[in-house]
Amino acid sequence: MSAAADAPLAGKRILVAKPGLDGHDAGAKVVALALRDAGAEVIYTGLRKSPDFIVRTAVDEDVAAVGLSILSGSHSELAREVIEGLRAAGAGDIPVFVGGTIPPEDREPLLAAGVKGVYTNDTPLAQMIEDLARKLH
Amino acid sequence: MSAVPKSRDKPKTRFATPSGIEVPEVVSADMIAERDPGPPAQYPFTRGIFADGYRGRPWTIRQYSGFGSAEESNRRYRFLLEQGQTGLSVALDLPTQCGYDPDHPMARPEVGKVGVSLFSLAEMETLFAGIDLGAISTSFTINGTAAILYAMYLAAADRKGVPRDQLTGTIQNDILKEYVARGTWIFPVRPSLRLIADTILYSNEVSPRFNAISIAGAHVRDAGCTAVEEMAYTLANGLAYVDELIRRGGDVARFARRLSFFFYVHMDLFEEACKFRAGRRLWARLLRGRYGVSDDKALHFRFGVVCGGSSLVAAQPYNNVVRVAIENVAAVLGGAQSIFTCAYDEAFQIPTEFSAELALRTQQIVQHEAGVAATVDPLGGSYYVEWLTERMEQAMVEVMREIDDYGGVVKAIEDGWLQRRIAARAREKKDATDRGERVVVGQNRYRRAEQAESYGEVFRLDPAIAGRVLEKHANLKRSRDNAKVARTLQALEAAARGDKDNLMPLLVDCCHAYATVGEMVERLKRCWGEFQEPVRL
Repeated sequence: MSAAADAPLAGKRILVAKPGLDGHDAGAKVVALALRDAGAEVIYTGLRKSPDFIVRTAVDEDVAAVGLSILSGSHSELAREVIEGLRAAGAGDIPVFVGGTIPPEDREPLLAAGVKGVYTNDTPLAQMIEDLARKLH
Repeated sequence: MSAVPKSRDKPKTRFATPSGIEVPEVVSADMIAERDPGPPAQYPFTRGIFADGYRGRPWTIRQYSGFGSAEESNRRYRFLLEQGQTGLSVALDLPTQCGYDPDHPMARPEVGKVGVSLFSLAEMETLFAGIDLGAISTSFTINGTAAILYAMYLAAADRKGVPRDQLTGTIQNDILKEYVARGTWIFPVRPSLRLIADTILYSNEVSPRFNAISIAGAHVRDAGCTAVEEMAYTLANGLAYVDELIRRGGDVARFARRLSFFFYVHMDLFEEACKFRAGRRLWARLLRGRYGVSDDKALHFRFGVVCGGSSLVAAQPYNNVVRVAIENVAAVLGGAQSIFTCAYDEAFQIPTEFSAELALRTQQIVQHEAGVAATVDPLGGSYYVEWLTERMEQAMVEVMREIDDYGGVVKAIEDGWLQRRIAARAREKKDATDRGERVVVGQNRYRRAEQAESYGEVFRLDPAIAGRVLEKHANLKRSRDNAKVARTLQALEAAARGDKDNLMPLLVDCCHAYATVGEMVERLKRCWGEFQEPVRL
């Protein structure tokens, strides 16, 4: 399937990952499908991946962005581990985004820790894609 | 907030239930094939399985809770029991659910987060300290490690001197839907089915009042599918378990008495009530038609529900109290045997004591003040309700036929076909919400620019808990009889390599020896490997 060259995320390779043990994958899959429709080449990891695995995959696949989907409450630890892992691998320029059940109080600390965007269940997909397209340019 | 109606508030011209069933302006008697649903407690049980409805036995109020270590959860359980809760429902943390000990690298960020950590019998004994296992019914939301947790519960009862045949409660133990939606699978599909058959056949012998499976639609529903699909997928999974149990030599007239079900209740009141009326009679028809079951008790469709889940909304969170109350009424009108009402903040955090009490009071108000439980199936005979029950049953049969045509649920799951269907449905639902066609008050309609997105008091788990759990785990490994642990694990592994033995007695031996969940799972992985998730979108 080839997306139009003017699609908002055309030419972008994005890793959608499920770190940790959380098994809720509906959100990750919906996002992955929407990114694909917006022209991105999406790599979906499937469930239960370690931060190490996600970092390795991001580097090996030379992705433009990493999206982490976390609904178990472990977002702060897991996002930090992935960001640190990318830096340690010399790939600190790959932006990390977080989606899932993120309490409003945790949004700012995540951004301060280096996360480039936080999306939740009520973020319209179009708004998420617009935000991503802007930040990945 | 503007008082002027926006253009998108224009009158609706098309009316359909969330499952997509077109709703007529008026339903009349001639639109219904089975105008008289018959009396309750008689085949096909459209109006319920008990002749006296809720008069003889009110539904069980069963709030799901558990967090941190066994000590914290034990305190919350005692609080809920003192407040009039009638059954316990144990939430386990993800390491326990996925079969990792707390010191495993994958486990550490998740210890005690979404439920209590129960890595060995020692923790189970602490969890139920001061609680009479012979007098309380306990439900465990546990699947991948259900056989192990059930073995642990039996061992805990043995230690307390409670006869096993007095135990009542449920383990969820429905692995098929884990592959599709909830994700706490461990082993491949076929050895997992063996383990489930082991638990059910063993439980029928030693703890005949205990439900060794609760076939669950709740999670596929929360993952995005419709009410019709929720019921159809669940009944299809139920039939797969029945086939497996028969293959193992089980007597369907006996084991079917202890099969139970579990669903979500979302917001369309009539569709939800009719979902249960339709599912109840469809299950009875399937068991009678396919397997010749005639015993009434074996045909009974007994189910618990959860009100809330993904129907709860983060925006204007107190609105969720109203949603849960409506869903609670729908569950009662559908004839649920046990009900869990989510706290208004449940979808976003572990409920606080305040929100947990409010959820419990919601049920007590419905039970004692609303009058909905006074007579059996108060909706029975309503033109719309009987019509919708019929339409939903037809739609369920249609979905089940599609699965059969594909080659059955096991194949549909192994290939990822069912998973892709549900993901596509979740996408449709999200798109309809983003477009505003699916109205969510406070989120995509009647949203205030300045509205609070916070839900008041925030529950924060004591970060020291994970450390304490790790310390208990290390202490246990030092203090137990490790030679005995090794012997019981060896026996388990030997039996798992063959296919003759029921593994339950061996798992109970492992638990009595204080083997950990992670150790038992590791031995079984050596024999069976792990499930390989189909990740194609």
